[in-house]
Amino acid sequence: MTNLTEQILSRAAGRRVHRGEIATLRPQRVMLHDSIAPSVIRILTQDLGVPRVADPERLAVVIDHVAPAANVATATNQQALRAWVREQGIAQFFDAGRGICHQVLIEEHLVAPGDVVIGSDSHSTTYGAVCAFGTGMGSTDVAVALASGCTWLRVPDAIRIDVSGAFAPGFGPKDLALEIVGRLGAGGATYAVLEIFGLDELSLAGRMTVASMAVECGAKAGLVWQGGLGAHGFAPAPWLELPSANAKYAKRIAIDLADLTHRVARPGRVDDLVAVDDLASFPVDVVYVGTCTNGRLEDLHTVANVLRGRRVAHGTRLMIVPASAQVLADAVADGTFTTLLAAGAVFGPPGCGACIGRHLGVLAPGETCVFTGNRNFSGRMGSPDARIHLASPHDAAHAALTGRLGAALAAEASSTELALAH
Amino acid sequence: MARIWSFGSDVNTDLIVPGRYAPYVTSDAELRTFPFVEARPEFAKEVAPGDVLVAGPNFGCGSSREYAALALRLCELGAIVAPSFARIFFRNALNLGLPLYEADARVFADGERVELDHEAGILRSADGRVVELPKPGAFERAIWSAGGMVPWFRAHGRFPESVPS
Repeated sequence: MTNLTEQILSRAAGRRVHRGEIATLRPQRVMLHDSIAPSVIRILTQDLGVPRVADPERLAVVIDHVAPAANVATATNQQALRAWVREQGIAQFFDAGRGICHQVLIEEHLVAPGDVVIGSDSHSTTYGAVCAFGTGMGSTDVAVALASGCTWLRVPDAIRIDVSGAFAPGFGPKDLALEIVGRLGAGGATYAVLEIFGLDELSLAGRMTVASMAVECGAKAGLVWQGGLGAHGFAPAPWLELPSANAKYAKRIAIDLADLTHRVARPGRVDDLVAVDDLASFPVDVVYVGTCTNGRLEDLHTVANVLRGRRVAHGTRLMIVPASAQVLADAVADGTFTTLLAAGAVFGPPGCGACIGRHLGVLAPGETCVFTGNRNFSGRMGSPDARIHLASPHDAAHAALTGRLGAALAAEASSTELALAH
Repeated sequence: MARIWSFGSDVNTDLIVPGRYAPYVTSDAELRTFPFVEARPEFAKEVAPGDVLVAGPNFGCGSSREYAALALRLCELGAIVAPSFARIFFRNALNLGLPLYEADARVFADGERVELDHEAGILRSADGRVVELPKPGAFERAIWSAGGMVPWFRAHGRFPESVPS
């Protein structure tokens, strides 16, 4: 059997497709969010002259990027979006506060294994967590998909990643995601799909962390093999088969989880990874926990386990933005919310938070942030003179506790874990 | 002659137009002033129609925001030439009719003057150095010649290939 990419795209195209060719296909789901919606609606109605969405039942609309609205201009755009959703009869609409688009679509089971999903957001690769071919597109592509029900894709090459072993204590899916980006580099999977095997035991949240960051090495999609998905309420696609040993891959990579080390991505580049031990210790102004990469319940648990009964270091702020209302409700129900509040965390409403620098804790010039998200580009979260380090929830929690990142953290972290063990 | 504007590798969409500027993208005239607004403020002021942006691999990585590509198209660039493009940016540029060529033109220095010949598929400097530009595929040619995806789709009602039933 061929690779997952060709199996999934062939089904959506209604014919056998091969890498390199251009295929027209009908995605099972289109996702649109508030930040891009105004331009999509303008292109659809004014430029293309199409008054109605072709497949309203396939469209899901989420207000998450600036949620709730931060200013009058954004509020007015969101008002127009709500009116358009009503007029088009779109049932799958999730207003501000419900959560980040990718998190919400998976929680609501609006994507299924083997689906093709296009989203107006580059982190649409997150749908790969349920073995769906999720890919991000811009306004014109999404508008044309809404007008016609179809899109086009060049059938990409695939890169196979075989994961073995188990996480050592203190390590998790974010460390794996950073390892993949570090191995391939920021452009290492451009025009290709990541197909990741060996994660059958991983949680759904962990699969989403890994799949969300596929785009950070340029991948078109990041498919996590569907093995074990049944345990998370997603019935595997019966027609989707494990690729045979001779299936075509442009590249093969093997990763042993036991070999992962504590690393962060330094400001500016997602693939500029450095061992925490090798960084000269420096003070941290803000620890930011959230996003479609690491804003889920298991991430909040990781942070709470480090901070339980302790306080965030003096001079450091801990900002937590849950990925969804469901995550927040679960964190309230199991006491995690209270633990984090007691430690000094400030909570924002579920959504994208300051990830794109538009509200809810943007950074000032010169500030240093340790971020559980997926991008550390200059100016991403506010001032271009702020410095963003990408880290795992575990390492971010230790930065919050000690107020520092770098060499000192490793020593502090191990003594903290010892203290927690007693 | 077109001016060369040189950029590095992995130029991301936050450098082209930061997401924080989204609320201010209220008109094309305004968006025209935003490309590299923080990373290289003189670019939008001095770039002239027909100029060529030359970059390293993976140009346009990051967000799906189409206004990054639109901001550059509004500068009426003759082309962007880079060894590779982030795939969402490539689609956005194609859809907007902004010509991209996958080639390494970093032999030309920033500020150098070149001739861009789409027909012959070459960039040529005054002293005769030449970079060959690959001929776009039939699909890309169809969309570029129509002026972008919107005019193509308005004219044909489908992609440059049949739609599955």
